[in-house]
Amino acid sequence: MTELLQRPPKKDPQKRTVLPTTPPSARSRKAIAFSTAAAEGRLALQTCAECDHVIYPARELCPKCWSMDLQWQDIPDGGELIAETTLRTSVNTYFRERMPWRIGTVRLDAGPMVLAHIHGDVGEYERVRMIARTDKSGQGVLMALPEKETANMADDKQLRTLTCDPKHRRVLVTDGRTQLGQCTVNALAKAGASKIFVGIAREWRPYDGSAELAAVSGVELMPLDITDTISVNELAAEIGGKTDILINTAEHVRPGSAMQRHGILTARDEMETNYFGLMRLIQAFGPGMRGRGADGDNSACAWVNLLSVYALSNWSVFGTTTASQAAAYSLSQCLRGEFAGSGVKVVNVLFGPLEDSWRQPLPPPKVTPKRLADAIVHALRQGIENVTLGPVAEDIVRRFRDDPFVLERELMQAPGGQAV
Amino acid sequence: MGQGNSKRAGYEGVVVAVPVSVPYERFSPESAHWWLAKALADLGKRSGLAVDDIDGLCVSSFTLFPDTAAGITQHFGLTPRWLDHVPTGGASGVVTLRRAARAVQSGDANIVACIAGDTNHVDSFRAMLTTFSRFSQDASYPYGSGGPNGSFSLITSHHMKTYGTQREDFGKICVAQRANALKYPDALMKSPLTLEQYMDARLIADPIVLFDCVMPCAGAEAYLVMREGDAKGQNLPFANILSTIERHNAFPDDPVQIRGGWAMDKDEFWSMAGVKPEQVDMLQTYDDYPVISVMQMEDLGFCEKGAASEFIQANTLTYDGTFPHNTSGGQLSVGQAGAAGGFLGLVEAIRQLTGEAGDNAVKDARIAAVSGFGIINFDRGLCTGAVLLESGQQ
Amino acid sequence: MKGEKCNTLAALATAMSSGEVETVDLTHTLDSDFPVIVLPPEFGQCAPFRAEVVSRYDERGPGWYWQNISMCEHTGTHFDAPIHWISGKDLPNASVDAIPATAFVRPVCVIDCSKECAENEDFLLTPEFIQAWEKQHGQIPAGDWVLLRSDWSRRSSAAYLNMREDGAHSPGPSADAVKFLVEERDILGFGTETVGTDAGQAAHFSPPYPAHHLFHGAGKYGLQCLRNLDQLPPTGAILVCPPLKIKNGSGSPLRVLALVERASK
Repeated sequence: MTELLQRPPKKDPQKRTVLPTTPPSARSRKAIAFSTAAAEGRLALQTCAECDHVIYPARELCPKCWSMDLQWQDIPDGGELIAETTLRTSVNTYFRERMPWRIGTVRLDAGPMVLAHIHGDVGEYERVRMIARTDKSGQGVLMALPEKETANMADDKQLRTLTCDPKHRRVLVTDGRTQLGQCTVNALAKAGASKIFVGIAREWRPYDGSAELAAVSGVELMPLDITDTISVNELAAEIGGKTDILINTAEHVRPGSAMQRHGILTARDEMETNYFGLMRLIQAFGPGMRGRGADGDNSACAWVNLLSVYALSNWSVFGTTTASQAAAYSLSQCLRGEFAGSGVKVVNVLFGPLEDSWRQPLPPPKVTPKRLADAIVHALRQGIENVTLGPVAEDIVRRFRDDPFVLERELMQAPGGQAV
Repeated sequence: MGQGNSKRAGYEGVVVAVPVSVPYERFSPESAHWWLAKALADLGKRSGLAVDDIDGLCVSSFTLFPDTAAGITQHFGLTPRWLDHVPTGGASGVVTLRRAARAVQSGDANIVACIAGDTNHVDSFRAMLTTFSRFSQDASYPYGSGGPNGSFSLITSHHMKTYGTQREDFGKICVAQRANALKYPDALMKSPLTLEQYMDARLIADPIVLFDCVMPCAGAEAYLVMREGDAKGQNLPFANILSTIERHNAFPDDPVQIRGGWAMDKDEFWSMAGVKPEQVDMLQTYDDYPVISVMQMEDLGFCEKGAASEFIQANTLTYDGTFPHNTSGGQLSVGQAGAAGGFLGLVEAIRQLTGEAGDNAVKDARIAAVSGFGIINFDRGLCTGAVLLESGQQ
Repeated sequence: MKGEKCNTLAALATAMSSGEVETVDLTHTLDSDFPVIVLPPEFGQCAPFRAEVVSRYDERGPGWYWQNISMCEHTGTHFDAPIHWISGKDLPNASVDAIPATAFVRPVCVIDCSKECAENEDFLLTPEFIQAWEKQHGQIPAGDWVLLRSDWSRRSSAAYLNMREDGAHSPGPSADAVKFLVEERDILGFGTETVGTDAGQAAHFSPPYPAHHLFHGAGKYGLQCLRNLDQLPPTGAILVCPPLKIKNGSGSPLRVLALVERASK
């Protein structure tokens, strides 16, 4: 069993904050496809389309039959530890700071031998369950976990470098006025977050659920309006240095296409929240979080952006809102680049239509705010960076992977309630 | 293809001579070019040959970037009619010999200078590991960045688990090599080592301890390949080539490396030479870690596979022992000078067979086996090779 | 003649210097968190005040500090022009840029309803209440500004807007009071401390939003989000309230001042 992670002590104000270092980030183009699957929490390896040989490390050619038709496919996660070592020295500063470090050779049930990080609860030569996740460099790695759940398994030192567990961490939820924001707060409290700062814009306007929200353990309501630079900066000045996870639940959604809109004010409001709001948060909270990526057990570890799946391709029914979401998605990619090297993950959740007032006339299936909130916390605990949530989002992402230009045309033909 | 391997031609009339070792340094501010230049200059001085007499060049180096053997020709004033650049790391001694010997034999070149060298700046080793190979970059370096220590600890523990090899066996190899090194003036390791010290040493990557690891350094090694007649004409002592083998990416489906390419070709290796393992007077293995030396002893047939433990315990491995092994101290005690590490055993064997060895000379040495092992691409070494040499002295 | 005029202003200047005439600031600070009127979400919304720093002695401008600001014409302490409401859309000189400048410096009557508003958040100013006030302070002269003192400006945040599920609850004039002030008194304009000239529940009045509908329909002006009305005398003060000269502007945030004779306090 893993030793239970204790709540981290208060920070010693006389000590310099440990600066983030990272594991090696260089990868070949082929291996980046592995990282891409790992970012989604999927274990995918190249599989030869002609002879079914499963291939690792990533190659250009099947070494068995010389077919170049290699497809990335999810593979069974079983395996067996056949050799292991505990590294006690490393040429890489990141690992050197975290020695000893357990690695081993695993024979995957799918065939290949892989080198992997090994969870502390895996016994010698035992069967293991493999996961692929992005590490602090942002690249995909393999880790062998015990085949069956063990006590405090998530608290394993090496596993925690791959996850963004809210346990004992301090989280900012940027908008607590909505059901989504409140469900997120509840899910975080359940996951053991030590403090949940909840942004409340326009405190002078009452909102549903305010009393219940204030009563959640660990919650601290903070004035925050992400459309207001001063408000964002003031809150960052107060809590920016102890925000370990930021979850941007603020969104401004209105139905309507460009020509259905009379003037640009609604579109500007959408941009103010969805795009400039994110930008204000990045400018105010980003540098502090980037600097705290290795700050102990409650280091800064994740930034969560919630995006409509139509950020990938415009749906004219919510034409200008999704345009602002596309801008936000692009900015989120920018943030991921800016966080590279900090160990802070950018988690993008692409979700289908939400069960809320602005999407009320849309037909099912829709995603309830609670389901979205649970998905956020699940992604954090698992260390997953890219989440696609709900049947509509899954459908759009699948079509997007197939051919984004075909999807664009398909969405043009879907002016009504059903997206595709 | 049903006809099997073609029969290998022998190396009659082709010899190796003029063993040159440029004394190693832990760190060097010079570039690899300086170390190769020093090796080439020493070759010229020791052989009495002029620049124009060298018409073949074979180079091995990791740190020569942005140059290769081609750029070196102009840099060093050579106009060779045969040129090669060998990237096989720890197997480069054997592989350059094989390339150069065929060139001389076929008349493509008269005299080939084989040189290997690398520098070692303060951060060179880390820098080399980060970009060593694509598989290493993609699939091994991100896992703790232990470098070869990580890979070889897995190979070592697997060998121990599979065949019952003991840490004492690896320790005996290391201790004997240190004893040899104390008689070899250019070794970087100067203090004696006992088995107790070895057993109590600091863990690096379980079960590998400090003394199982080589120390990266700067250095260069070189030798000449030429016709026997030319060697005699130049009054150069030489060694004849009895047989050679090389093999790459052998046994790719072994889950963890437990054997090397030698095992595929060892019968031909001995039959071509007409020599039996018992007739060999010394073995120079590639010893980046003692487990690899163990594998070479097994896979070249000096003992049964899996029987290395008994073999090692039954022999003394010093230059004056029952099974002289890595008689200059090997990389474990001399240092690992990059690609020159792949030359170290070969150059030491030539020195021994041409009567140029010093206090560590193996008495009445006539036949030497030299083997190489290189390029940890992902989880294992890919390149293997071996050569049997016979002293040309009467 | 020339000499006489000079003497008036000279006397005023002297009175201001001596403190006999005091300048009272009736304006809230433009602050991004100051409440703005809330309409149902499917309507266009009043933009709150926002400031973005252009430079602040930094790489964007090493020696100077300035901000780009944005807001609605009806944000913070602001002026309503007749053109703001559909009932005033066809009147002449109904936008802020066209209103004669004389309107911006005029005497002001202040009707103190603070006690009533403290007891009843939905207090409505009626003709009867006005007439009772007039008994005490004299009839409201034509062409004066009339301000409703509610002390509402002392409230902050949620209590200021006082939004509930059935809408806002804040004092204002009844439709009859508005008619009375327009038809019987011909005032220049009407001002309040609340977020609008109308009461919080005025959407349910007949006509809806009578202060907006009737005042603007009659070419009268409005002032909202005023403060410090408790420092003004019932009569005798001069209101200074020039809006920004926005082309076709429906209103404007502005600085509202009052000149008050100390002796009259």
